[in-house]
Amino acid sequence: MRKTFPGRYESLANIGMFVHGAADQAGFDSFAIYAVELAVDEACTNIIEHAYGGEDRGNIECNCEITSEGLTIILHDHGQPFRPEDIPLPDINAPLEEREAHGLGLYFMRKWMDEIHFDFSGNHGNTLVMFKKLEKKGE
Amino acid sequence: MEVNTIQYKHCDLVKVNGRIDSATAPKLAEALGAITDDGRFKIVVNFSGVEFLSSAGLRALIYTQKICKRYNRGEVVLCAMPANIAAAIELAGFNSIFKIFDDPLMAVGSF
Repeated sequence: MRKTFPGRYESLANIGMFVHGAADQAGFDSFAIYAVELAVDEACTNIIEHAYGGEDRGNIECNCEITSEGLTIILHDHGQPFRPEDIPLPDINAPLEEREAHGLGLYFMRKWMDEIHFDFSGNHGNTLVMFKKLEKKGE
Repeated sequence: MEVNTIQYKHCDLVKVNGRIDSATAPKLAEALGAITDDGRFKIVVNFSGVEFLSSAGLRALIYTQKICKRYNRGEVVLCAMPANIAAAIELAGFNSIFKIFDDPLMAVGSF
């Protein structure tokens, strides 16, 4: 399943519906579906904010592949490469005054997806591949 | 997303419905900002109608919490959180910086 969305925040609800449908079809439970939707929402927000540097500068292509193992989501954009390793992990134990909400999106992606892989090489834009494993009943 | 604020004697109750993401979080931030700009710093956010909450929404909450807790003049408390959203709140470590109540009555009564 492949769909292209305009790179603006208003698209997030539609992107969410699209991946929600794919995750549902893949057989995930409601919490795993929510986790996938959140990871994709955060990834797309990062694309708009960091890769494109703002809204309406380019599209986000979203590709969902369902296998018996789980769901792979491939997001593609034509913005600037951004280095996820430059984004520090949030200190989730810090006191309120020192709390920064930045970096939480990437943190959610890393925690709730089983694999995430960024590819900024080449001249064809950025690709983010995220995989969520389907927990089979009885295992 | 819809935001409705009810002003009580001891606190403000903010009811949010729908999806809080990067497109809609500014509207939540604006509603919370309207309360604190008015000099009221005891706020209950009712999540019972929230379907989705991204880090953009968490950012609005943390920003408001910093303003409210300054000079010990108040705080933001959260209530009626759906399970998925509660899991995200916990993962983000927000349990240690926000009181979380099961229902709005208990949350309002805490002030």
